[in-house]
Amino acid sequence: MSIDTEKTYEIQSVLEIKSSTFFVPVLVLYTNDLVVIEQRLLQKISQAPDFFRNSPIVFDLHELNHNNDEIDVVKLVELIRKMGLFPIGIRGGNEFQNEQANSIFIPIDNTQSIAAEIPKTSVSTSQTIVKEVVVNNAATLITQPVRSGQRIYVSGDLIILAQVSAGAEIMAEGNIHVYNTLRGRALAGVQGNTNARIFCFDLQAELISIAGDYKTSEDLKETVEKKPVQIYLQNHALIIKELV
Amino acid sequence: MARIIVVTSGKGGVGKTTTSAAIAMGLAKRGHKTVVIDFDVGLRNLDLIMGCERRVVYDFINVINGEANLNQALIRDKHCNSLFILPASQTRDKDALTLEGVEKVLEELSKDFKYIVCDSPAGIEKGAHLAMYFADDAFVVTNPEVSSVRDSDRMLGIMASKSRRAELGMEPIKEYLLLTRYDPDRVEAGEMLSLEDVQEILSLHLLGIIPESKAVLNASNSGTPVILDEKSDAGQAYADVVARYLGEKRPHRFIDSKKGFLRKLFGGK
Ligand SMILES: Nc1ncnc2c1ncn2[C@@H]1O[C@H](COP(=O)(O)OP(=O)(O)O)[C@@H](O)[C@H]1O
Ligand SMILES: [Mg+2]
Repeated sequence: MSIDTEKTYEIQSVLEIKSSTFFVPVLVLYTNDLVVIEQRLLQKISQAPDFFRNSPIVFDLHELNHNNDEIDVVKLVELIRKMGLFPIGIRGGNEFQNEQANSIFIPIDNTQSIAAEIPKTSVSTSQTIVKEVVVNNAATLITQPVRSGQRIYVSGDLIILAQVSAGAEIMAEGNIHVYNTLRGRALAGVQGNTNARIFCFDLQAELISIAGDYKTSEDLKETVEKKPVQIYLQNHALIIKELV
Repeated sequence: MARIIVVTSGKGGVGKTTTSAAIAMGLAKRGHKTVVIDFDVGLRNLDLIMGCERRVVYDFINVINGEANLNQALIRDKHCNSLFILPASQTRDKDALTLEGVEKVLEELSKDFKYIVCDSPAGIEKGAHLAMYFADDAFVVTNPEVSSVRDSDRMLGIMASKSRRAELGMEPIKEYLLLTRYDPDRVEAGEMLSLEDVQEILSLHLLGIIPESKAVLNASNSGTPVILDEKSDAGQAYADVVARYLGEKRPHRFIDSKKGFLRKLFGGK
């Protein structure tokens, strides 16, 4: 009898299924030309190889199907894998494309296409979660340093009073304010808000991005460190301006 | 209730075990009943540094597995009555360390000891995680070089989100910086990061700078924590660290190059 109870105990501690939210970049396609897709993808990746290396990715075919542009999902998945990315979902596919995806074990993501997506409630993701205080519905305040390996994702604005280390990643669907040194990656407007801005006291970032357009530390070399700046988007170009 | 101190770094070979031995001895010499635990299962060397390797009978894992009780496994230090060592196992597999097991042992030790010093293994995997999980204070041991600083930063991030204090929403672990193997001459020559460089990246409360010192090797060869070598620079630096940790104010030393000092003194270039 005692053996029986021991067994039950063991079974209980074998596994657990928990629900969790995480952040994955979405590849939105506007052309079905695989050659052009490969070229552009290579270009994007070469600008931020660390950011994309082994990154999971969901591809979104909503625009293509909207325009009746056909694409072979099996070939597309092969191409994405060749780029060193891990396709983990299809979004906006038609019946045939979804079937194709199923046959090669790519899950179907039924959330709406990115353009139509409704902002989610504040979530912070990844293996290390940073303690956060929700100021109101729209902003999240972080007072502790964001260290290397930590990631933050919020649906509204993100306000950080401490430093953001190299190797840390902060993401907001809205604006990002860092009242300290920004050394990690900062991505504002991650759901496509091109009006989002990044503000920081000392820009030494590895990568900054607004609504998917980004610059890496390579491109930032000539900008002045140790001066408060704002970063915004103008005609798909990131503008970095000193705050006076 | 005991105060649990983790000596951690992320990177290996930076001076965690040297530091654990020194501060445990320093605290005990001041009359605080202290135990130092080796979390480095499979690579144990705290017992060597403490000079008690020949007296190891049972270890941390034996206690966790219920094969020995704490009193059987704890080794009393030969120099100091208030200091005990809980050695790691040399042979067992790392998976023998479990969260529940560690918690049980720490709880039992807490009843009896004032300070529990946890000597963390390198890396950010299970052993390092378990060593810091229950900590109240963290001594982050960092060498003045980029990779060590980066690893320390990573470890700090993990402590801020994956420790017991973080998970229960309690006051966070108190973090202190210990800059070790600091060589002012090499800093001046630009071969190592300076204290300012390190602090710009980590911005932590500085508990002390431990100079690169021959005394450390001598101490480990003779199996006596370097803090007992009271004439040595490293020994004094560790004594300062313990004093500062206990609330005394002591100016930082061993920052400036001796050559630089002499140069200044004689007005040379
Ligand atoms: N301040 C110091 N000066 C000179 N050598 C040191 C110093 N601190 C540590 N060492 C040496 O560095 C090596 C690694 O130290 P150890 O304390 O075992 O590091 P860890 O526990 O972080 O792996 C040892 O050989 C030790 O003697
Ligand atoms: Mg060690």
